[in-house]
Amino acid sequence: MDLPLYWVALIGFAIINFFLVSASVLVYYERKVSGWIQNRPGPNRVGPWGFLQPFADVAKLIFKEDISPTASSPFIHSLAPVLMVTIAMTTAALIPFARGFVIVDTEVSALLVLALTSIAVYGVTLAGWSSNSKFSLLGGLRSSAQMISYELAMGLSVLTVVLITGSLRLVDIVEYQNGPGAWGILGWNVFRAPIAALIFIVTAFAETNRAPFDLPEAEQELVGGYHTEYSGMKFGMFFLAEYVNFFVASFVIVTLFFGGYLLPWEDALLSALPGLKDSVLLGVLQVLSLLLKAAFFAFVFIWVRWTLPRFKYQQLMTLGWKMLLPIALANVVLYALFFTFKALLGWGG
Amino acid sequence: MSEPHTLAAPADDLFTFWPRHQEALYARLESKHAWLEERHGLGDGRVHDALEHEMTLNIGPQHPATHGVLRAVVKLDGETIERCVIDIGYLHRGTEKLAEHKTYQEFMPYTDRMDYIAPYAYNVGWCLAVEKLAAIEVPERAQWIRMIGSELARLSSHMLWMGVGLMDAGAVSVFLWAFQAREDIYKIMDEIAGARFTVSHSRIGGVANDLTPEALRLIRDFVDRYPDIINGWRKLLTRNRIWMDRNVGIGVLTADEAIALGMRGPNLRGSGIAHDIRLFEPYLKYADVDFTIPTRTEGDSYARYLCRMEEMLESIAIIRQCLERIKPGPIRNDDGRKAVVSKDQAYYSMEGMIQDFMYTSEGVCPPRGAHTYAAIEAPKGELGFYLTSDGTGQPFRARINTPSFANLQGLEHLMEGAQMGDMVVLIGTVDPVLGDSDK
Repeated sequence: MDLPLYWVALIGFAIINFFLVSASVLVYYERKVSGWIQNRPGPNRVGPWGFLQPFADVAKLIFKEDISPTASSPFIHSLAPVLMVTIAMTTAALIPFARGFVIVDTEVSALLVLALTSIAVYGVTLAGWSSNSKFSLLGGLRSSAQMISYELAMGLSVLTVVLITGSLRLVDIVEYQNGPGAWGILGWNVFRAPIAALIFIVTAFAETNRAPFDLPEAEQELVGGYHTEYSGMKFGMFFLAEYVNFFVASFVIVTLFFGGYLLPWEDALLSALPGLKDSVLLGVLQVLSLLLKAAFFAFVFIWVRWTLPRFKYQQLMTLGWKMLLPIALANVVLYALFFTFKALLGWGG
Repeated sequence: MSEPHTLAAPADDLFTFWPRHQEALYARLESKHAWLEERHGLGDGRVHDALEHEMTLNIGPQHPATHGVLRAVVKLDGETIERCVIDIGYLHRGTEKLAEHKTYQEFMPYTDRMDYIAPYAYNVGWCLAVEKLAAIEVPERAQWIRMIGSELARLSSHMLWMGVGLMDAGAVSVFLWAFQAREDIYKIMDEIAGARFTVSHSRIGGVANDLTPEALRLIRDFVDRYPDIINGWRKLLTRNRIWMDRNVGIGVLTADEAIALGMRGPNLRGSGIAHDIRLFEPYLKYADVDFTIPTRTEGDSYARYLCRMEEMLESIAIIRQCLERIKPGPIRNDDGRKAVVSKDQAYYSMEGMIQDFMYTSEGVCPPRGAHTYAAIEAPKGELGFYLTSDGTGQPFRARINTPSFANLQGLEHLMEGAQMGDMVVLIGTVDPVLGDSDK
């Protein structure tokens, strides 16, 4: 589907703004959910039900003094937060929001998602290094080690999906989940590859530096880690990037494993209401379906953060290298063997 | 004559405490013989190159995980803490010296500010020491009230330890749950003493005022509700994989080490030594109630966690027995020379008014030359007061043996060889309160 360039630019602009606003909604959501978990009301002063709280926070961050440490490296110190936000936003361009509604539709978009999450580590590492603070440096070191070790397991679990669907294109991956033999929601990749789904979710936590994998910023040990020396809007951008990151991660989880924009029982719905096919309403419903699923995973991200203690560095490495990686590897080999035999013996047509 | 408005420049060495202190601290860090000398020298045979990956890091005194103003200077090799030097004294207020210029009763509120997590126990400790020094009888009801207060203080302290320990490990929700629980204790303290935080409820020779029916109702309600809540916390934490991995085998102290380092309270009991003043030198009415001392032999921070969680339940059991046994009666010694007289006497009888005046200006006067050491089991371990009297109403010398100070002695030993991520767990497991250790 080829859209004119200006149309793509418009959609891109809309999506970037959507993610910017969604970050503030997520901040509010997170604070409310943590309030429920901790038996307290959460923000309830600014605006109705405290809904304007994140905007007040942003206004505060904009007006705060921008400090950079004397011995820091100013250019890199400013570059790091920009890098974080840009990469988080760029990943959003790859996600199909509804049938035919995606900004960048390439043959290798699943690979691009992995590549972009790998670049995100530069933001953290450079921030930690350029601040010239020991705590930040430790945070940056931890994060590079963590992201590299979890990328492998993540890549392998994506590979399982690619084996099943036979395509690296995210649109194809979503459409395959509605393909032949899929009944209702059972076509979702999470039912075809449950272990890969679990591994992907866990590694998504690690890649986005969310608790219990928030070692790079462990506020108790490292006093904020890589963003200790940031203030004002530069800190705000890290903050923004964190929320955009885990929201985008929720979208990627949904796209790869939970049917993406597909409605549950979409085929049944379409045969019952043939007028819906190719209509705008279907597109809206699909966007809503994707948003709801992503909001659920955003909830899971928040829920886990406010319940579990943080891992220790060694535990993190043990989990990554000694448990997730072998399991993911074995999983991929199993699926590969299965599909090879399937092709050789001609099972299932 | 010298000019009145110019001050002579201070001698150079007069105000140089700080640089000298820093110098001494870093020198100690460098010269420290830690376990790693053996490792580098003999063990794995690799040549030790300090320039390769070592880093000296100041943790604190302004650091979120140091429970106040503890300062730890550590030498890191990657994430491993190779050497560690603890620096305390940032909250030093000269409490012991202050005591020499206060009457015994006037000093009592200062004990609130030592371990501000469990002030009631410190009030009781001080009053017991003075009562021992001056041979003052305390009515039975006052003793039961003091016991209830002390055990509530223990619960409050252990709850804070749990909440802060978990928050340091990254689980912020538990911190807020613990503080909601402590809020209930604050409400009880408010009803008992009229103050939520620094209660100052104990008086020499008794307590300030009786338990109101509302206070009794609140305590009963607390005792009924909390075993379930504490068991809920245990259910969440005890078998929690991440929490176990962060605690099992971390900060191991053998029984010998624990004694050699002078650890106290749960830190000692976690290493298999069932030492508890409440049991071995019973004060108040501890001899009359039935309770056990939770002890573990593993000696790691998980053992200390289990000990403290069980101690909370034991404390509730003790409070429940106190509520059963407490009977109406006087709450203070009725001798006006030994304890403050009641308001009724002070306002409506001549003798009472004189005694009130004398008690406030002179205070209790123990015999000249009397000296005593009295210890209680504060939430963090043995708390002792050593008092010497010169026959006046003010102590000649007062020395305070605080549990946090003793426990911090073991922290350097625990930290060396641990990981950076263990640091917060280890500080949490030792459970220092800097107001207590710095005095």
